[in-house]
Amino acid sequence: MDPQAPILIVGAGQAGVQIGESLRQEGYQGELLLIGNELHPPYQRPPLSKKWLIEPGAHTALALRGADSLRRRRIDLRLDTHVTAIDRAASTLQLASGERLDYSRLAFATGALARALPLPGAALGEVLSLRSINDSGAISAAIRRCAAEQRPVVVIGGGFIGLEVAASARKLGAEVTVLEGLPRLMSRVTAPIVSEAFERLHRAHGVELVFGAQVTELKGAGGRVEAVRTADGREHAAGCVVVGIGVMPDDRLAAAAGLACDRGIIVDDCARTSDASIVAAGDCTARRLADGRLLRLESVQNAVEQAKSAAAALMGRERPFRAAPWFWSDQYDIKLQMVGLSHGYDQVVTRGDLQKPAFSAFYFQSRRLIAVDSLNRIQDHMQSKRLLDHGLSPTPEQVADAQFELQSLLKDAKLATADGA
Amino acid sequence: MPQVTYIEPDGRVRTLEVDAGSSVMRAAVDAGIDGIEAQCGGNCACATCHCYVQDPWLDKLPPPSDDEALMLSNVAAERRPNSRLSCQLVVEPALDGLTVELPDRQS
Ligand SMILES: Cc1cc2nc3c(=O)[nH]c(=O)nc-3n(C[C@H](O)[C@H](O)[C@H](O)COP(=O)(O)OP(=O)(O)OC[C@H]3O[C@@H](n4cnc5c(N)ncnc54)[C@H](O)[C@@H]3O)c2cc1C
Ligand code: FES
Repeated sequence: MDPQAPILIVGAGQAGVQIGESLRQEGYQGELLLIGNELHPPYQRPPLSKKWLIEPGAHTALALRGADSLRRRRIDLRLDTHVTAIDRAASTLQLASGERLDYSRLAFATGALARALPLPGAALGEVLSLRSINDSGAISAAIRRCAAEQRPVVVIGGGFIGLEVAASARKLGAEVTVLEGLPRLMSRVTAPIVSEAFERLHRAHGVELVFGAQVTELKGAGGRVEAVRTADGREHAAGCVVVGIGVMPDDRLAAAAGLACDRGIIVDDCARTSDASIVAAGDCTARRLADGRLLRLESVQNAVEQAKSAAAALMGRERPFRAAPWFWSDQYDIKLQMVGLSHGYDQVVTRGDLQKPAFSAFYFQSRRLIAVDSLNRIQDHMQSKRLLDHGLSPTPEQVADAQFELQSLLKDAKLATADGA
Repeated sequence: MPQVTYIEPDGRVRTLEVDAGSSVMRAAVDAGIDGIEAQCGGNCACATCHCYVQDPWLDKLPPPSDDEALMLSNVAAERRPNSRLSCQLVVEPALDGLTVELPDRQS
């Protein structure tokens, strides 16, 4: 390994850009190359299922950082450049063009791939999934066609992306059917009470929700999808189909190079991989928790915070990411904000108005707060984030008491400033 | 074009020409100003674009929306009377000269 060789970052998305930025903040003076295989400069994905889907605009509006920003930080960006292999013994990386690049240290920020539907008919026209700016443009156009032709948009999967697409499609005037295999929405990450609130919300906006739907086949004519068949024999008419059944961490390069992977590049909380000169951050990782479990998160915060850890690790420093994970989702006029990990909860206490809805679900495990989902309850979210980050917990009784101020716990712990009401 | 001045966490001062209609956050991340993360991209969902508005500009800005005020309630750095979320500050000709100071941490 040549210590003077550049640090190379593979993947120019949310995590890749942040690794570059943080490396400069950590005082790295050497060459820095950010390599991405997309055509567009690094951009934000969250709007792709929200605002952008309703009204695609200029690419620059989605940009994570402007070109000036990368220049100021001396981050060389190579777009439209696909990395095909890593040779760890030689410390080189191979590009699709055949070119080889030396590295001193390497960062993976390759993101995730939309999971494809492993079913007959999945390759028909107008069967779409959503990961990139181009996907979003194609889905936006397909939804508009459906609205004009009065053909339904069928969304497969009642998770965040599927539901955001459903909400956006309703805004564009299309009929929408959501097919969910399980008995409720977002069931892997939220309590039934939250799922039910979203069920009411989508139904009130005219979305047809079908639960327990086992999709068996997509049927088409002239190469274009026309219906989605489910195991119960029903056929759901479709002008287009949006597949939102989750993602697969893209660990292919790392796995081929022999790094420890398990549906994601395995990293510790400092973003270090099994190779001391390689770090990884963002959707491509599976983070080993203190209790040995592997945590796979797909969120902006995770990408940004792991990237900061990764940059520090490349400079030989430890900057563990242990803050409570958070996430947001916009559907219609509801802002859902989630913080913490609700997995393993044994009690849920709500606060606020369930019907409006403007409430939060507080998840407890053995009477300790582990996560909070807030629907249009920003104050709960922000306060809970602080509480969880500092290992503080209200009791379930305190949460149930509408008069009790969560902020008082922060004040007691001297975590609230005088006017931070 | 209105000018906005940013005081970065290490004290460096940079002045940018900003398109009217753009946000104080957007202009900063495009130019590579240190001290703004903007994780949610201006959605008023992350509070990692926190800034302190310098005199005399605070009173010239429209007051924070309810959402912004609630997000400000638990920002990572110290909350001050002149705390605002820069993604919610839309630059207009009347704000020419606006100066914001950026906190040492956003998350
Ligand atoms: C539609 C949608 C909505 C979302 N909404 C939210 C939300 O509301 N809130 C939230 O917190 N998160 C949301 N997310 C998730 C969030 O966008 C991701 O977690 C985040 O983008 C992850 O960043 P990343 O850098 O790990 O991956 P990415 O942003 O995917 O970047 C990875 C990049 O690496 C490139 N790459 C991969 N392999 C190679 C290779 N071999 N050579 C070169 N380049 C390569 C990829 O093409 C890609 O550009 C959403 C995601 C999507 C798709
Ligand atoms: S950028 Fe997220 S709140 Fe301003």
